Amino acid sequence: MSDTAIPLDDLEHDALTELVNIGVSRAASSLRKMVGDQVLLSVPSVEVVSRATATTLIGQRESELLVAVRQDFDGAFSGRALLIFPEANSLELVRAVAGAAMTAAEAREIEDEALSETGNIVLNGCLATMANMLREPLHMSLPQVVRGSGRQFFEQTALAGDEGVVLFLYINFAISGRDIRGYIAMLMDLPSLETLRGLIREFINRVTGDGPGHAE
Amino acid sequence: MSISVLIVDDSKLARIVIGKAVAALQPDWRRIEASNASEAIALVRAGGIDLAILDFNMPGHNGLDLAEMIRADHPDMPLALATANVQDELIARARTIGAAFIAKPVTEEAIKGFLSGAALKLRGARG
Repeated sequence: MSDTAIPLDDLEHDALTELVNIGVSRAASSLRKMVGDQVLLSVPSVEVVSRATATTLIGQRESELLVAVRQDFDGAFSGRALLIFPEANSLELVRAVAGAAMTAAEAREIEDEALSETGNIVLNGCLATMANMLREPLHMSLPQVVRGSGRQFFEQTALAGDEGVVLFLYINFAISGRDIRGYIAMLMDLPSLETLRGLIREFINRVTGDGPGHAE
Repeated sequence: MSISVLIVDDSKLARIVIGKAVAALQPDWRRIEASNASEAIALVRAGGIDLAILDFNMPGHNGLDLAEMIRADHPDMPLALATANVQDELIARARTIGAAFIAKPVTEEAIKGFLSGAALKLRGARG
């Protein structure tokens, strides 16, 4: 078996996508309460790709400067979660969560704090829902606001090996009636993915009530 | 005549989970699955569907769009939207369409109210 073998079968991939979908849907409901406008979500994409491809996927979509709230998580599985949007949307998002009457200067002053709190609620909400469904606690690092290109967000991770294959989760979001859009992205390394796969199998067996062999 | 429930979700796992909950509560009901809105519409048009449980976030038309399309031809069909996305706008739209909400992940407990309500309504309609 090579390291690049697709480590998830169809039903496992389906289950992971559904877990992410439920996690992100709940997170969007929380974000909606903060901004007061509907949060629109895409269908999540879950792929096993090389780390280089994952960074390119983010980088290619955006030529402009990006801002991201980043949280690393560890536990039974570990990785990095990011809430990413164009830097140009940043102040608009701050106004959306902190109050429309705010001047640009006032918004700028609380920008990082507001962004990290927003990121914390979205990313924690998403990961906590997934952790609960998989019945394994996850420890989340404090949110960190970073600026730069997509490439930079995935570099200098605590994840082992830059050459390896990663699990890359990706969802687009936009806020209705406002000029705010972005992505939620998650990256997990391969050892984590193996553990995650075990948990996903347990989850599938639990919810379907099947025995260990769920072949269909 | 047995009751037929249509389960629409792009996730196969979600369809299994919903199907399992329906089977536990209403073992005699016929369960029919679709993985997207177009398939669902074709099945509904073919006839014989009594009620439907719809996922919200699907590629193509979402569950609310689908509910509206079904509602146009079936003003009385019991419809439910299965989602963890409980934003006010979605709730309001579902209410307008006359679709119930079922929280995901779907459990027997979560789906019980909708199924028993639908059973009563269908029994009444069939006299």
